Amino acid sequence: MTDLSPRLSRPSSAQTTLIFFGEVLLALGRLLRGRSRLQRGDLLEQLDRTGPRALPIVLLTSFLVGLMLAYMGGAQLDRIGAQAYIADVVTVGMVRELGGLMTGVILAGRLGAAFAAELGSMQAHEEIDALRVLGVDPVDHLVLPRLLALLLVAPLLVGFGALVGVLAGLPAAVGAFGVPAVEYLHQSLAALTWTHLWIGQFKGLLYAALVALAGCREGLHAGRDAQAVGEATTRAVVKALVWIVAAACATTVFFTSLGY
Amino acid sequence: MGTGDDTQPLLRAEGLAVGHEGRMVQRGLDFEVQRGEVLAIIGASGCGKSTLLRHLIGLQQPLAGRVLYGAHDMHHCDEATHDALRRRFGMMFQAGALWSAMSVGENLMLPMRLFTRLSATEREQRARHQLALVGLAEGFDLAPAALSGGMRKRAAIARALALDPPLLYLDEPSSGLDPVNATRLDELIGHLRDDLGRTVVMVTHDIDSVFAVADRALFLDEQEQTMTALDTPAALLAQGPARVREFLRRGRCA
Repeated sequence: MTDLSPRLSRPSSAQTTLIFFGEVLLALGRLLRGRSRLQRGDLLEQLDRTGPRALPIVLLTSFLVGLMLAYMGGAQLDRIGAQAYIADVVTVGMVRELGGLMTGVILAGRLGAAFAAELGSMQAHEEIDALRVLGVDPVDHLVLPRLLALLLVAPLLVGFGALVGVLAGLPAAVGAFGVPAVEYLHQSLAALTWTHLWIGQFKGLLYAALVALAGCREGLHAGRDAQAVGEATTRAVVKALVWIVAAACATTVFFTSLGY
Repeated sequence: MGTGDDTQPLLRAEGLAVGHEGRMVQRGLDFEVQRGEVLAIIGASGCGKSTLLRHLIGLQQPLAGRVLYGAHDMHHCDEATHDALRRRFGMMFQAGALWSAMSVGENLMLPMRLFTRLSATEREQRARHQLALVGLAEGFDLAPAALSGGMRKRAAIARALALDPPLLYLDEPSSGLDPVNATRLDELIGHLRDDLGRTVVMVTHDIDSVFAVADRALFLDEQEQTMTALDTPAALLAQGPARVREFLRRGRCA
């Protein structure tokens, strides 16, 4: 009998991820050419659950991180009598790095896991096969609405998160280090530049995309039983967090080396 | 794209070899499906029945051989032809595979919304008609999770009929059902063939169902890793290979 083993070999996890990224790029290309089967209703549904429902937890964590940053930065700056710069530390930190990072982390835990569980469950119950049999690309139908929804809401979540984080530094600066409130706000505005803003927004978009891709990739390639769905969910969160931290590191080094 | 001469087989498998999870499970499969017949694919658990079905509907690439709908090879044709071939069949998966985020009615209307020019009203009328056809007229607004096993299978058959295909694939239509519901499903399959002229290919473990509705049965042998018999159920029981006769006899006694 002919040796059939080469055709039976399955792609590795990394190959699967690359193939999935390629499929998403092709789907985005179809969308841009107006040939996608993306349903507007699906996108609106995903916008609802990714935006308004994720906002409170993003604001809460950003508030706490802003407060922590102010205390920590203030304690160090206080030693050299530079408490006035607490606002700079908090503003630049939140707007440029931590607003996006905290949003990405929250989205990974909240939505990356949910995407993986939903799509994994659909995979286990052959719902995705039912789409494929019809000729409906699951990337068009299931991944694009989730990816686009996250990309659309990410700037708002990052923006609100950063704003709340900066404001959270105010009571710490005023109460613990005696910085006048007006001076804190003035110094914050002075520290805020367009460069910090767009870099923060870019990073937030990147993290949101990574969360959506990790969740959907794991869900679509989950096994066909309940345990496999659970494993896919765990992998999605871990993968999203690792990708986010790696992207944060890479972009920070990249932008800093370019002088931004 | 036309469906060709009505006397020609609807589907033909030539030298088909199929695999699952990195191993080959069946090879050398040669058979035809005639218009208006019910063909049952039978064999022991794990012999590759459902895997074969997944190859016939294009979900998996064969390791060798071809699946022909008319003159077109399902796995080696351009995208437009492939899309047209998909319109020739509907598929009922083993557990129904209804899209859980939608109501039963929406499950039926999604294919119509994507692939027809029907208005929303026409889509709803047609979906309600298909549900009535399978005896599930009251299920339009229900969520799939609210359906019993038998109702879910009926809803899945209705969805498979949504685009009015001439060929239906059914994966274990009576598995997990009580005898009453299993008999109802057999009656429905007979109705689809006799009154609506549909062709049905079904994978099943239910030997009573095979004798009740199948015109022919194809036996996949797990040990030989190929098909060892294709005939009417009665002929297989009377003069089929020994392993097939034993399989059918034990199945009927179970």
